[in-house]
Amino acid sequence: MSTAALRRTPLTGLHEAAGARLVDFAGFLMPVQYEGILEEARRVRTQAGLFDLCHMGRCRLTGARREEAAQYLVHVNVEKLKLGQIRYTFFCRDDGTTMDDVLVYRDRDEVFFCVNGANRARDIEWMKQVAARFGCTFEDLSDSLAMIAIQGPRSADVMAPLCSGDLRGLKYYWFYRGTVCGVPAMISRTGYTGEDGFEIYFAEREAPAIWKAMLESGRPHGVTPIGLAARDTLRLEAGMALYGHELDDGTNPVEAGLIAGALPHDKDFSGRAAIEAMLAKGPPRKLVGFTTGSPRVPRQGYALHLPGGGPQVGTVCSGSPSPTLGTHVGTAYVQAPHAGTATLDMDIRGQRHAVRLQPLPFYQRAR
Amino acid sequence: MNPTDLKYTTSHEWVRISGDTATIGITEHAAHALSDLVYLGLPKAGDKVTAGKALGEVESVKAVSDINSPVDGEVVEVHDALHDSLSDINSDPYGKGWMVKVKLKGKAPASLLDAAAYDKLVAESA
Repeated sequence: MSTAALRRTPLTGLHEAAGARLVDFAGFLMPVQYEGILEEARRVRTQAGLFDLCHMGRCRLTGARREEAAQYLVHVNVEKLKLGQIRYTFFCRDDGTTMDDVLVYRDRDEVFFCVNGANRARDIEWMKQVAARFGCTFEDLSDSLAMIAIQGPRSADVMAPLCSGDLRGLKYYWFYRGTVCGVPAMISRTGYTGEDGFEIYFAEREAPAIWKAMLESGRPHGVTPIGLAARDTLRLEAGMALYGHELDDGTNPVEAGLIAGALPHDKDFSGRAAIEAMLAKGPPRKLVGFTTGSPRVPRQGYALHLPGGGPQVGTVCSGSPSPTLGTHVGTAYVQAPHAGTATLDMDIRGQRHAVRLQPLPFYQRAR
Repeated sequence: MNPTDLKYTTSHEWVRISGDTATIGITEHAAHALSDLVYLGLPKAGDKVTAGKALGEVESVKAVSDINSPVDGEVVEVHDALHDSLSDINSDPYGKGWMVKVKLKGKAPASLLDAAAYDKLVAESA
């Protein structure tokens, strides 16, 4: 596809001016890399970095029955969410397969969702259908709201001078409405890197000014923009799923280990029966993490075999060098009876390379 | 742009032909596109290579790419030290980043590009 056909975010011009490498991602021209994937990943672990996330989907339900509609969409108990609280959850089909993984935000007069850019169009269709069934209002805010993330241990130091309200007191997976650089904003202590940080939503036209102000405030803290490639490495180190890799149209969140134990509520939601059935029976395959001492990077689709020339028992979902661990890491689905195996062999273009299974996440920050 | 004493392939390898010896590497454009390199797979001395067929592979953080031979022949020397200095492929692709030397079998293919044609190819793909 020619890049001319791709959509631009309000920040694309700034990425171009900064010399970023831009690629097609979810139909948008997005920065994949600035100075280098591994260097950028290290920066987020040690200092902080900025992410343009305007390609993601942002939308809300309003109206009297908004929370009933939201409850039908997600696996968590919406009623139990406090005002200002956020949960990671899933849109599932009746058969329990995953349409998307999303964040749900409970606010006073609305339920807000942040969804994947790649699934945005079909998520919107699905949410519209559900909203109509419950007689509430669905609004796609993706084009009117910008979204920028700052991630890394210095994030609060960078943002506190720019934000109204008690930014430092905000708990992980909570949000509040305040201002950033005087602009009304929703400030969310969330992210996709395993670091402390914030995801901030505000009027689209303010994006360049706020991006520049965040960079400026971040300069003494070593803050730079970070591309999507480093974001992928960081989320993998943190054991976070990426739709299209650990989750897809054929995957139940139970297989991914993202719903475990019994569901702690009796609310009905799309996919509930199938999810409960899989919880009761146990998933046929399980998501595992692994490391490898091989110089070769694990990649999606590589086969995992039992050692000693054994049969294939798994398939790689994601892989990357891990600058934090100093080795390559990956995730894979492995047939349940073999998911507790210590080592498997990964087939890379006909050669076998040993991998060592280990529990996710690979990286957890000190809290 | 690219050195004028070399020939190029449309898959972004370069070849320096001197007598019946061809020295082969990947171009600056290819190295830049791959960026963070993590692995290089090269043939052994004595291996036969065929123009347009893979002689090895290079792997970056994000992708694995074949290195296609620009010529037919037999590998006579392999730059094994390069495995420990992969960044030379990025910093000096036409010098320290050379990969293999091949004893030519017959003539180099007429389809190889000169520097001007290769510069044009790269400019068009940007």
